[in-house]
Amino acid sequence: MKVEPATSPLLALLAGFISELRAAGLPVSLTENLDAMEAIQHIPIEDRDAFKYALAATLVKNHAHWRAFETVFEVYFSLRGAEYDLIDGEWPEGMDLSDFVDGMDGQQRRQGGGGGEAMSAEQLAEMLFQALMRGDDALMRAIARQAVQRYAGMEPGRPVGGTYYLYRTLRNLDLDGVLERLMDQARQDAPGDLTPLEERLERDEFEARVDQLRKEVEAEIRRRLVADRGVEAMAKTLRKPLPEDVDFMHASREEMMALRRAIYPLTRKLAVRLARKRRHGRKGPLDFRNTMRHSLSYGGVPAEPKFRYPRPAKPEIMVVADVSGSVAAFARFTLHLVYAISNQFSKVRSFVFIDGLDEVTSFFEGVDDIGEAVHRVNAEADVVWVDGHSDYGHAFEVFWERYGKDVGPKTTVMILGDARNNYHASQAWILKEIEHRARKVFWLNPEPGAYWDTGDSIVSEYGVHCDGVFEVRNLRQLEGFVENLV
Amino acid sequence: MSFSFADVDSVRKGLSDVQYLADEGIAGVVYLAERLQKPVLVEGPAGTGKTQLAKSVAEATGARLIRLQCYEGLDESKALYEWNYKKQLLRIQAERQGEDPEGEGMWQQIEDDLFSEEFLLTRPLLEAIRAAEPVVLLIDEVDRVEIETEALLLEILSDYQVSIPELGTVAASQIPLVFLTSNNTRELSEALKRRCLFLHIDYPDLDREKEIVLAKVPGVGESLADQVARIVRSVRQIELKKAPSVSETLDWARTLVLLGVEHIDADTAAETVNILLKYRSDIEKALKEFASSDEDFAAPVATS
Ligand SMILES: Nc1ncnc2c1ncn2[C@@H]1O[C@H](COP(=O)(O)OP(=O)(O)OP(=O)(O)O)[C@@H](O)[C@H]1O
Ligand SMILES: [Mg+2]
Repeated sequence: MKVEPATSPLLALLAGFISELRAAGLPVSLTENLDAMEAIQHIPIEDRDAFKYALAATLVKNHAHWRAFETVFEVYFSLRGAEYDLIDGEWPEGMDLSDFVDGMDGQQRRQGGGGGEAMSAEQLAEMLFQALMRGDDALMRAIARQAVQRYAGMEPGRPVGGTYYLYRTLRNLDLDGVLERLMDQARQDAPGDLTPLEERLERDEFEARVDQLRKEVEAEIRRRLVADRGVEAMAKTLRKPLPEDVDFMHASREEMMALRRAIYPLTRKLAVRLARKRRHGRKGPLDFRNTMRHSLSYGGVPAEPKFRYPRPAKPEIMVVADVSGSVAAFARFTLHLVYAISNQFSKVRSFVFIDGLDEVTSFFEGVDDIGEAVHRVNAEADVVWVDGHSDYGHAFEVFWERYGKDVGPKTTVMILGDARNNYHASQAWILKEIEHRARKVFWLNPEPGAYWDTGDSIVSEYGVHCDGVFEVRNLRQLEGFVENLV
Repeated sequence: MSFSFADVDSVRKGLSDVQYLADEGIAGVVYLAERLQKPVLVEGPAGTGKTQLAKSVAEATGARLIRLQCYEGLDESKALYEWNYKKQLLRIQAERQGEDPEGEGMWQQIEDDLFSEEFLLTRPLLEAIRAAEPVVLLIDEVDRVEIETEALLLEILSDYQVSIPELGTVAASQIPLVFLTSNNTRELSEALKRRCLFLHIDYPDLDREKEIVLAKVPGVGESLADQVARIVRSVRQIELKKAPSVSETLDWARTLVLLGVEHIDADTAAETVNILLKYRSDIEKALKEFASSDEDFAAPVATS
C-alpha cells in the first residue's frame, strides 16, 4: 500500500484531527491511527460521507464517543467539499425563489429570483415554511445559510461563542411559530379532523424537519467560525466531556438527556457482569470434612471433592439521599443504579430529604420501570420541612428517630449529598450512632474533592463517622462505586 | 486479488438485491472490510440486523457462511478444533489386535498417526481458515464468551491462522470476511477492538425502515409500510424500557397484513401494540402518549 508522504496536506490535517480526538478523551492507538490512514486511501476523496465513516470505523470503537467524534469531524472537515463553499448569499444553481413564494407580483419575482439578499424577511419566512412543508433538504440548507448570513450578526474576530449566534438566528426564525403553522396547514389539508394519533405523527414528522433545519443552521455557524478562527481554536472551544465523564452537577440539558439514555445500557451491563461474577466466584476452598463424608459412598476414596461455598450474607442497603436542586440529578442516577441491581442485596430501602425526610421504598416496589419510579420520587416525596434548603442535621434527626431501630449489623448505609448544610447544626453524633450499629456507612459526594469543607460544606465533620467518603461526580465513578459495593 | 465490490455504492446495491437495506455507514464499512482485510465488529441494539448483515453479505457475494454462535462457556474444543478421541481409541485397539507392536519405533508411528488430519475435528474457526472457497465467518454474540476466551480469537482475527501444537500452524488459503456481533452486555477487550473495524448499527431512519418493511413483508402496500414506519419512529421517541426493534416492526407489519388492515387507526394500534412492545409498563406509556395529544400541544419543540 502506497502511503502519501507526510507532507501531504490531507495527512497533516488527519494528524491534527487524531490528536484532537485524543485530547477529547478518545483512546486512539497507534495501530488505529495507521488503519485510518490506510482506510482513506480506498475512499474517493470527494465522498465526504464515506470519508467520515472510514475514519469512524477505524478510530471510534465505543459508540458513546460518537458525538465527540462527530463534533471534531465537523470542525476539521467542514470546509471540504464543493457544496460547502463559503460564498455569502448565493443560491444554489437553478433554484428559483418564485417557484416557492406565492402571492408575489412580477417585479418581486424577478428580484427574488436573483439572490437571497434581495428577499424581505417575510419572503424568507415564507420560503422556510414551504421548505419545511415539503421536506425539501436542499432548500432547507440554502435557507439555513441565508438565515445565518442575515440574522446571526457574525463578525470576524468577535469573541463570542457559537451558541450566541445560534440563539440570534433561531430567534428570528421563530421555529415554534413555524411548527404551529405547519400543524395548522396539516389540519386544513386533512379530509376530516385529525385523530390524536394522526396529530402526533404529523407533529413528529415536522419536528424532525425543524430539527434538521436547526442542525443546518448550527453547521453553517460552525463553518463560518472555523473559517474565521481556524480549526484548532474551534476544536478546543467545542471540546466537551464524554458522557461517562459528564459532571452530574453541571450537566447541560442536552448532556442530561445523554446521561439518561446512557443509564439503561449501563445498568444492564452492570447486572450481567455481577451475575457472572456471582456464578464464577462460587467455588470456595476445599471442604475437607464434607469431601470425606461423601467419600464413604466411594469406599473411602475422596472421588468427589466438595468445596466450601462462601456464603457472604447479602447486605441490606439503606440509601439516604439529599434531593435538593444541585444534587438532585446525582441522587436520581444513584437510586436508579442501586435499584437496577437490587437483586444483589437482601433488601433496599430508600429515603430522600431536603430539610424534611421521607421514605420512598414503596415507590420502587413491584415496578418494572425504575426510571418512572425515580421520576415519581421527584414529584411526590414529602421532603420539605421549613424552607426547602438542605438541612442534613434535621434530616438525620428524623431518620434516627423513625428508622434508627431498623439499622442493624447487616445494614449498609449510603448517604448521598454534598454535605452543604446551610450552616444548620450538623447533628453529626447521629452518624456516629449509625456507624456503631451498621455494617458499613458510606458517603457519596458529587462535588469535586477540592470543594469539600469550603463554605457551608461539612463533609469531614460527617466523614469521620463513615467507613468511606467518595467523590462521585460522573457515571464512571458511580459505576465503579456500585460495583465494589456488591 | 479480486474484490466482490467495486465501490461503496455497489455494496449497497448488492445487499439490496438480497433484501438487505444498508445505509451509507454500513455499506462503507463492509466495503472497507474487504479492502483492508479486516474483521468488522458490529454492535447495536437488539434486532437491528447485525446478524443478518453477515448472512446477507455471504449471500450477495456467493460466499459460504460459517457461523460460530458464542455462549458462556464456549471453549477451544467447540470454537477451533478437537481431537476425535473415540476414533483414536479405536485405532489403538485395532493396532493391538493386529500384529504385536515391536518396540519403540512402532509406538512412535502410531502416535504420529493419532494426531494427524484423520483424527482432527474441525470447528467453525478452523473450518473458515481451511476452506478453499470464499467464506464469510460470522462470530455471533461475541460478548457472551468470557473475556479470557476472547484471546482464542485474536490470532485468527489478526493473522488469519491457527496454531495447533501437534500439527503446526494452519494458515488461511483465502482471507475470510469476518463479522463479529455484540449486544454490548460487557466491554470487549481493547485487543479485540483494536483489530476490528467498528460498526454501530442503530435503528434505521424512517425511509430505510419503510424500505425494509416493503422488502421483507409480502403483501404489504406502500401506504401501510409508510404508516408502520412512522408510528414506530414516534414510539421510539418515548422513553421506554425496550424500544421496538426492526424484527418487531416486521412482526407488526406482518400481523397487520394478516388482519387485512390498510389504514392504522388508534384502535388497531392499541389492539396490536403488544407485538411491538414487550413490557407492560411500556405498552401503558405508549397508549397514554397516543391516546390524547392535548397536553402535547403546549409542549415546546423538542430540541435535539
Ligand atoms: N437493514 C435490514 N434489511 C433487511 N432486513 C433487516 C435489516 N435490519 C434488520 N432486518 C431484519 O430484522 C430481523 C432482525 O435482524 P437480526 O436478527 O440480524 O438482528 P440482530 O441485530 O442480530 O439482533 P440481536 O441483537 O437480537 O441478535 C431479521 O429478520 C432481519 O432480516
Ligand atoms: Mg443477532
